[in-house]
Amino acid sequence: MTAIIQLENVSYRYPIGEEWVLKDVSLEIKKGSFVSIVGNNGSGKTTLCNILRGFIPHFHKGELEGAITLEGQDLSGFQLGQLGEKVGFVFQNPFIQISGVKDNVFGEIAYGLENLGVPVEEIYERVEEVLTLVNIQHLRDKNPFELSGGQRQRVALASIIVMEPDILVIDEPSSQLDPIGTEQVFEIIRLMKEKGKTIILVEHKMDLVAEYSDELIVLDQGKVLMQGPTRDVLADPLFRKANIQYPHVTEIALELQEMGVDLNFVPIRDSEITTCFKHNRGDV
Amino acid sequence: MMTKIILDDVSFTYPDGTTANENLSLDIPSGQRVAIIGQNGAGKTTAVKLMNGLLKPTAGEVHVGEWNTKDKTTAQLSRKVGYVFQNPDDQIFHNEVIDEVRFGPRNMGFDDEKIEDITNWAIDLCGISDYREENPYNMPYSMRKFVTIASVIAMDCDVIILDEPTAGQDKIGLALLGKMLKELEKLGKTVITITHDMEFVTEHFERIVVMANRRIIADGKASDIFYQEDILQESMLKPPAVAQMGALLGLPKGLLHKSELVAYLKEQYVNGEKVQ
Ligand SMILES: Nc1ncnc2c1ncn2[C@@H]1O[C@H](COP(=O)(O)OP(=O)(O)OP(=O)(O)O)[C@@H](O)[C@H]1O
Ligand SMILES: Nc1ncnc2c1ncn2[C@@H]1O[C@H](COP(=O)(O)OP(=O)(O)O)[C@@H](O)[C@H]1O
Ligand SMILES: [Mg+2]
Ligand SMILES: [Mg+2]
Repeated sequence: MTAIIQLENVSYRYPIGEEWVLKDVSLEIKKGSFVSIVGNNGSGKTTLCNILRGFIPHFHKGELEGAITLEGQDLSGFQLGQLGEKVGFVFQNPFIQISGVKDNVFGEIAYGLENLGVPVEEIYERVEEVLTLVNIQHLRDKNPFELSGGQRQRVALASIIVMEPDILVIDEPSSQLDPIGTEQVFEIIRLMKEKGKTIILVEHKMDLVAEYSDELIVLDQGKVLMQGPTRDVLADPLFRKANIQYPHVTEIALELQEMGVDLNFVPIRDSEITTCFKHNRGDV
Repeated sequence: MMTKIILDDVSFTYPDGTTANENLSLDIPSGQRVAIIGQNGAGKTTAVKLMNGLLKPTAGEVHVGEWNTKDKTTAQLSRKVGYVFQNPDDQIFHNEVIDEVRFGPRNMGFDDEKIEDITNWAIDLCGISDYREENPYNMPYSMRKFVTIASVIAMDCDVIILDEPTAGQDKIGLALLGKMLKELEKLGKTVITITHDMEFVTEHFERIVVMANRRIIADGKASDIFYQEDILQESMLKPPAVAQMGALLGLPKGLLHKSELVAYLKEQYVNGEKVQ
């Protein structure tokens, strides 16, 4: 797989900030992969997302160093609008994603496609499909500003995936969702990956992150602490240094390992709880 | 300081015709810690807004201490029941954290000393002392949420309602919230918390109210709720990860805490007792 996004020695600080928020970040995102960015709050995840979609430096000025390329081209050569078509961005705070241009959910989701000049019939088809996919058919006529938090978060996600951008940058899309809704969002993201999209996800829910992502990027105080296949990163003792939540099954297995229980491997999915431990005394 | 909250057969319909709450009856004694959980759109936020007078019931009655909310203004009620909005941006209107937090206690008419003390206490408890002079809009979302929590607890209300404080929090933020709940309990505060984090609920709450489709469908202990399939299904909930692993291992129902599962597994798989 080829790299679709590359960052080389990228550092950034906000106009009013004294400190560098990202420090010497180098990373590579492969086309068609599902990469999750994990890290504690304030580690720079949202800032990194804003660089990937060109909001930095187009909107937030500040100081940006290093090289960023998208499909081999220097990112600074792209217009913000051009980037917007390539890179779909779902905001961390769903309350600010809603444009408010239309007074109903259907219109809100259709709005981006209208702007692109997509034929009306196709717009209808695509919006219907997304309303069903994201489970918000029953909200289609509601005012987007009169929705519950989780409902708004679904509308925000829908309004981006309906555009079918090649790259999806999704900043904590499930923060306001109920547990089943959260799983559904991960399934939707997986579906996008199957359609060939490249996924960059920021999430704290590590059980699901571990189950769904191909690769992890671990940010720690503005630096890339680790990047690699999900399983390798979680099994590496270095991960503990970032003080991030482990998947629950991993946490439990590592705790037992410390108590002297041998592991066949470091589990990262719930189902592996039945096979990860060695030497079942019950079998003696 | 006794502010009991009672919902007596309360229903609420928004102006656009959406009925968000139907026949809610709930009794929250003073000083209790309660979690409200349940599917998106179930009516949780609406229910708590009825408790602090931001909304008034369409039918039924809401009592806050001796008061019926229909006879009181939101301003009066918000002195007894502090509400931290689900969306922090609905609440923040100062350019500096310290001004934002100080606003509430000043508005309550506390004397200068109490204003300073309680502002500092709230800022410390919320882990934002390093951000006192920061503009809240330059802070990450999750820390902005702590700014709004600080500004509400600094008002020293009897009842504090937190609407999804766990959303987007990392491990450190969750630990901070846990500690805060304990502090507030010591002070005798009633704390009502809406959350979608099932581990957090199991760890910190004795009483859990479950909502689905405009109604309260369960009210009890974690051990009662997380092993009832029909309730979980109706409210789009999942039991904590530990319970799911317990089920995979074929363990008896009732397991909810990590420590219980670790103890069990340690017993089962002990290093050195192996037979190849
Ligand atoms: N201002 C409003 N006008 C009209 N309908 C509304 C308004 N706010 C919420 N609703 C509707 O009322 C119902 C309950 O919403 P509420 O915000 O109480 O849900 P919730 O349980 O807090 O959900 P979430 O977990 O997503 O925050 C939903 O169907 C929602 O669409
Ligand atoms: N607009 C801004 N102006 C100044 N500093 C900012 C701004 N946005 C974020 N920051 C700072 O940058 C750092 C990283 O923030 P952010 O990227 O939001 O982290 P994360 O998404 O990992 O929680 C934090 O210290 C934050 O206070
Ligand atoms: Mg962020
Ligand atoms: Mg809500």
